[in-house]
Amino acid sequence: MTSAVSLQKVSRHFGLVRAMDEVDLDVAPGEFFAMLGPSGSGKTTCLRLIAGFEQPTSGRIQIFGDAVEGIPPYRRNVNTVFQDYALFPHMNVRDNVAFSLMLKKLPKVLRIKAAEEALELVRLGGYGDRRPGQLSGGQRQRVALARAIVNKPKVLLLDEPLGALDLKLRESMQEELKALQKTLGITFIFVTHDQGEALSMADRVAVFNEGRVQQIGTPEEIYKRPQSRFVADFVGSSNVLDPEFVYWIVGEKRWASLRPEAIHVMAAGQSASRMTGTIISKSYLGPVIRLMIDLNGTKLHASVPSNDAVPAEGEKVTLGFAKDALHLMEATS
Amino acid sequence: MRSSEPRAPLGLAFAATAGLLFMLLPLALIFLYAFSTEERTYQWPPPGLTLKWFAVTWGRVDVWQALTLSVQVASISTLLALILGTLCAAAVSGTKFFGRETISLLVILPIALPGIITGISLRSAFNLMEIPFSFWTIILGHATFCIVVVYNNAVARFRRLHGSMVEAAMDLGANSFQTFRHVILPNLGTALLAGGMLAFALSFDEVIVTTFTAGQQQTLPIWMLEELVRPRQRPVTNVVAMVVVVVTFLPILAAFYLSRGGEQTVSGMGK
Amino acid sequence: MTALAEAGAILPSRGGIVGALSDLFWRRPKLLVFLMVLPALLWLGIVYVGSLFALLLQSFFYIDDFSGLIVHEFSLRTYAELFRAQNLDIIIRTVSMAAVVTVASAIVAFPVAYWAARYARGPWKAVFYLGIMLPLWASYLVKVYAWKLILAKEGILNWLFEQLHITFLLDWWLSLPLIGGNSLSISYTGTFLVFLYVWMPYMILPIQAAIERVPTNLLDASADLGATPRQTFWKVIFPLALPGIIAGSIFTFSLTLGDYIIPQIVGNSQFFIGQAVYSHQGTAGNIPLAAAFTVVPIVIMVLYLWGAKRAGAFDAL
Repeated sequence: MTSAVSLQKVSRHFGLVRAMDEVDLDVAPGEFFAMLGPSGSGKTTCLRLIAGFEQPTSGRIQIFGDAVEGIPPYRRNVNTVFQDYALFPHMNVRDNVAFSLMLKKLPKVLRIKAAEEALELVRLGGYGDRRPGQLSGGQRQRVALARAIVNKPKVLLLDEPLGALDLKLRESMQEELKALQKTLGITFIFVTHDQGEALSMADRVAVFNEGRVQQIGTPEEIYKRPQSRFVADFVGSSNVLDPEFVYWIVGEKRWASLRPEAIHVMAAGQSASRMTGTIISKSYLGPVIRLMIDLNGTKLHASVPSNDAVPAEGEKVTLGFAKDALHLMEATS
Repeated sequence: MRSSEPRAPLGLAFAATAGLLFMLLPLALIFLYAFSTEERTYQWPPPGLTLKWFAVTWGRVDVWQALTLSVQVASISTLLALILGTLCAAAVSGTKFFGRETISLLVILPIALPGIITGISLRSAFNLMEIPFSFWTIILGHATFCIVVVYNNAVARFRRLHGSMVEAAMDLGANSFQTFRHVILPNLGTALLAGGMLAFALSFDEVIVTTFTAGQQQTLPIWMLEELVRPRQRPVTNVVAMVVVVVTFLPILAAFYLSRGGEQTVSGMGK
Repeated sequence: MTALAEAGAILPSRGGIVGALSDLFWRRPKLLVFLMVLPALLWLGIVYVGSLFALLLQSFFYIDDFSGLIVHEFSLRTYAELFRAQNLDIIIRTVSMAAVVTVASAIVAFPVAYWAARYARGPWKAVFYLGIMLPLWASYLVKVYAWKLILAKEGILNWLFEQLHITFLLDWWLSLPLIGGNSLSISYTGTFLVFLYVWMPYMILPIQAAIERVPTNLLDASADLGATPRQTFWKVIFPLALPGIIAGSIFTFSLTLGDYIIPQIVGNSQFFIGQAVYSHQGTAGNIPLAAAFTVVPIVIMVLYLWGAKRAGAFDAL
């Protein structure tokens, strides 16, 4: 089966800056694919290359098997939801949504019908006559979405689509986007710097750093089996353990990651474990309590259910965790 | 804590009011003199008021000729400035390229340097190349300093246009020309109108460069200059002065309404 | 959405030659930028800079004293002529006038700009805006004409002095050397007043822009830290408004330097640089000297702009 989007050794250099460096990527048709990374990691550049706003310095990009080098954005059957929505302020909502149909010279009646349907789909039926300036941030976001899907593109690109919304709205939009993608069956590729968003929404995630793809996998793989220190550190809040420490525990000189929730914290002396440390700080996060523990100079985060009895700051505790919770990564570098 | 809208000190209120009156009263005087019955002097207070001079001025062929020439020159200069200024503004604000600063400087130079320099440069260039003075030599000078007005207005508007809007249009299937027609032009509309009207006002009023680039033709300002240096028909001059004030005010008022809530489009101009 | 047929990942090119051209612009964005800049660049480059350059070139020629013809040879002789007493006088006179006009317009403009920026609210904002814009954009000649009316012997100013029985004050002023004269309309005082009136709006706008950019909470902070209003003004507002004043002074200074109409209509018969340029290129036919004279304001303005740029005045334009 051909990939929806396929990148082979794609690089994009701006002078000496390597925004993207030899990236390989395959997105399956109908997939909800996330590109995750800190700002400047190359994820947005990657999106812009697929949309056609920029051209690669080297490498090949294919969309559903067709090479798109030299094809301008207006000839790619790919649409984008922009981070700042980029709605046209001089048109009402309906004309915004019907813009691409107008360019295709679709008869006016069909144009309006299609636009209304798309607005209905993002639950903005009846807003057609308003101007973008009269809408709230969340509504504008939906208009941008309707405008991008009215054409039924082969691939929908979303650039930090929820970045400008507040927390509550973001959560409900996450659900909606997922449902929308199921309804339409279009391949979604979205860019985010929020690991929670990426993990909860995507079928697969590509983690970007410094212009390179660090790891591609399902959210579970990324979360539980990070392949590098960067992924372990960036995705969630794993403890990244240095090779010396890991050697002391398992006798192998490799970096390892350890999830905070995998650590059992017991009052000192309750276990035979030789890992005894001191609680440095303690913060209450609702369902869990987050502890920072000093273990012979190594600082570890642990999170324990908040209904457990938790020792106070400064107290000595003994730590324990299952051997397989310790995920070994690359060797010393 | 002081309140966010403190009362102004009395001295400041006085100085500001005085300054504003200093600027506006002389213009008000122009309006009054147009109705004065006095023919030979600038006598104050006017001995009487009359509408007679409006009729006399209406019948003057030389005034009409000068006015027609001024309107023609201003229209064509504005059109040229609109095309050149908008294209240049689009290029400068759309991208970063080598020499960008130089182009901004080049556009602003004709108003940054005194008008007399523009004037004498053009005149000596025409002489060197043996180009006879004509309608078109006036246009050549006027369009040069009108470009900057359009350019400034357009650049300010481009700055407010989100860069991603052009990308959005292309993403939705519009090629470069369709993007220009359906997205850029509608958003630029009022800025261009404001810039165009200001360019018109600037050209309509210009005298310093024109004295160097016009041959025997008289634009309205040249006609007025003659009257100022050698007053022959003071009442007619009074009426023409008033009409000129009104004609230049209308575009300013219109530009003000068009650009309200936006950036100050009419500021930062020179002659 | 049902109306659309299932399409491939790449849509066919539309619009023939227009579409092809658009594709080309996308592939070569620099070509598009170049094409857009080209007309203005050619216009300004050839018409304006070309003429300017030709003029500067001529300032290095000189007039043969016997034949009165222009000698097309490189020489600094014409520049040396600038330093003759009579020409030096013209330069000093013009620069002094420009300086006095600049300082005076800064003083008159500041309160207006400050009020417009800080206190004018609602409809007053519009009144101030138009009150500044209308004089700025009103016809230059009409403004000069208005002052001819005001300063005339039978005009409103003399009438006003008479009504207030203070004509002796005016006579005393006019009897002063240098700034005085036979009447207001043929004295430097008159010339100065017209210059001040005509160029002052150019001073107000940049100052207003600079003051508007000072956040109000900065003033609150200053007051909160114990500054008196006077201290707040001199220590906070004035330094922040200074780039605006310098930006405005560029206009008033440059415009006064280059003007030749105002001193011709209101003033005594002593030349300013603009008049010298005008008469040398016109009746006298001494283009080289006229060109050399235009170099004076250019050099002064280049130095001035360089200084202003270092003071950060361009951000206030």
